[in-house]
Amino acid sequence: MKIEAKNLGFRYDGYPWLFRNVDLTIQPGEIVGLKAPSGYGKTSLCKILAGYEKPVEGEVLLNGEPINSKGFHPVQLIFQHPEKAVNPRWKMDKVLNEGWRPDQSLLDLLGIEKEWMTRWPNELSGGELQRFCVARALGPDTKFLIADEMTTMLDAITQAQIWHAVLEIVRERNMGMIVVSHEEKLVQRLCHRVINLDEITSRM
Amino acid sequence: MPILEVEDLSISFKQYTSKWQQETLTVISGLDVVLEEGEILAVVGASGSGKSLLAHAILGILPGNAIQSGTIKYKGETLTSARQEELRGSEISLIPQSVNYLDPLMRVGKQVRASAKSGDPVTLQRDVFEQLHLQEGVENLYPFQLSGGMARRTLLSTAMVSGAKVIIADEPTPGLDPVVIKEALKNFRAFADQGCAVMLITHDIESALTIADKIAVFYAGTTMEIAPVENFKGKGEALRHPYSKALWNALPQNGFTPIPGSQPQSNALPPGCLFAPRCPIATPACGEARPEMRELRDGKVRCIHED
Ligand SMILES: Nc1ncnc2c1ncn2[C@@H]1O[C@H](COP(=O)(O)OP(=O)(O)OP(=O)(O)O)[C@@H](O)[C@H]1O
Ligand code: SF4
Ligand SMILES: [Mg+2]
Repeated sequence: MKIEAKNLGFRYDGYPWLFRNVDLTIQPGEIVGLKAPSGYGKTSLCKILAGYEKPVEGEVLLNGEPINSKGFHPVQLIFQHPEKAVNPRWKMDKVLNEGWRPDQSLLDLLGIEKEWMTRWPNELSGGELQRFCVARALGPDTKFLIADEMTTMLDAITQAQIWHAVLEIVRERNMGMIVVSHEEKLVQRLCHRVINLDEITSRM
Repeated sequence: MPILEVEDLSISFKQYTSKWQQETLTVISGLDVVLEEGEILAVVGASGSGKSLLAHAILGILPGNAIQSGTIKYKGETLTSARQEELRGSEISLIPQSVNYLDPLMRVGKQVRASAKSGDPVTLQRDVFEQLHLQEGVENLYPFQLSGGMARRTLLSTAMVSGAKVIIADEPTPGLDPVVIKEALKNFRAFADQGCAVMLITHDIESALTIADKIAVFYAGTTMEIAPVENFKGKGEALRHPYSKALWNALPQNGFTPIPGSQPQSNALPPGCLFAPRCPIATPACGEARPEMRELRDGKVRCIHED
C-alpha cells in the first residue's frame, strides 16, 4: 500500500507550527528512515500518519484514498515508550489480544514467553513489554508500519532478532515502513533511503 | 575507593501459578558489582537481565513482594532500608527508566527544583535545562505536553540538580538526539571527575564507550564479565565472555548478527552456566555448576573456558 502525505501542517493549539508543507510518498515495500532534531515533530508526524492525530492542514492518503476513520487502522505505529502504550490495568494476554490474536510462530519469532501472559505490565522489563507492542501492531490488516524508536530499549542481540523478524514480515507482505531512530548505524542497516524532516518542511 | 559495593545479591519473586501453587522466579542471583569513586561504570546486557531491578535494589525501592538477599554497601557501610530511605534522592539519585515516574500534575520546572538540595533551585534548574537544550518555556509545561526526549531530559535534570554523590542512570538517553546525548554524557563525566560516581545502565554501548571507565555485562540476572572499555573493539577478540562477544557483534555497525534463542526464564534457570544453552563453545562441563567470577586480564569473567 502506498502512503502519501500531502501538504501536511501541524501545530498544537496556541503553539507555533511544528511543521508545514510536508509532502512525502512511500511505496509498498519501501523502508524509509525519518530524521530530525529532537522535539522537531517526528512523533507528531508519525501520529498523524497513523491516524492518532488530525493534521491542521493537508491530508494523508492510502493508495490515493483518504483513510476510513472507522475500524482497524491499516497504518500501525509502535512507540518509543511501551509503558505508555499499554493499559496498566490489563494483564499481558489481554493487552496482546486487544486487536487480533497473534499465532504462536509470531510470538516465537519475537521471543515472547508464555509465562509473561499472566503478568501485569509493570512486572515486565521495558524490552519484554516492547515485544508485545510489536506483535500487537503486526495484525493481518496492517499495511504500513511506523517504528518510532522501536528498539532503543532493547539489547543489541534482541534488537537484531526483532528487526530480522520484522523485516521478514514486512518483505513477505510487501508492506512499507518508516523507521524513526537516532541510531545512525541502525538506519543505515535497515533503510532504502532517509528523509530529513528539517529539509522538507518549513516552520513558518 | 569503592563508593558502592553490591555483594552476592539475589532477588526473587513468588508468583502464583494457580490458586494453590506458587513458584519462585529468581531474577538476580549471585551478583557482585563495585562502583569506585570518580568512576563511570556502564552496565549493559540482555533486556530483562535485572539491570533495573539492581538499580531499584540499591535505592531500596523494590516492590513489596520481592525477596532480597546479599549486601549492599555505601562508603563501606552496609545499607539497611532505613538508611536507604535517607540516602535516596540526597546522596544517591536514580534516573528511572520509565518516564511514568514524572508527576503528571506538576509543572516540570517545579519538579526539578524540588530535587535541588542546596543552592538556588531556580538557577540550578534553568542552567541544567539550558545545558540539555530544553527551551525556556519548557519549565512551565506538564509532563503530557513533553515529547519523549524532553521527558527523559527532565528526568536527567532532576538527578543533576540533586547534589547526589552517586547517580544511577537507568537508560537515560534513548530517543535523544546525538547532540543532547553528548551533553548529557559530558555532564556525567564532569560529575564523576569531581569524585562522585555514575552507574550508567544502557543499551547504547557505543555512547557508553565514549565516557565509561569499565563495562559490566549482564545476562540472566548476573554479571558475565567486567571489562575495561578498551576491550570493546574489532570483532570483540579482547572480550572474555562468549555472551559479551555475541552482544558486541549484534550491533548494527558490527554485523547485526543475532545469535539464536533467548535468555533463560527466571522459573527455569539451567543448573550450570546460565549461557550454556546458547553458547557456541559449551562443553558438558559447562552444565555442571555455575561458573564463579574470576580475574582474567585486568577484568573479570564468569566462564570456565576462556583464557
Ligand atoms: N514485579 C515483578 N514480578 C515478577 N517479575 C519481575 C518483576 N519486575 C521485574 N521482573 C522480572 O525481572 C527480570 C529483570 O527485570 P529488569 O526490569 O530488571 O530488566 P532490565 O535488565 O532492566 O531489562 P531492560 O533492559 O529491558 O530494561 C525480568 O525478567 C522481569 O520480567
Ligand atoms: S562456561 Fe561454558 S557455556 Fe558458559 S560461557 Fe563459558 S564456555 Fe560458554
Ligand atoms: Mg530496565
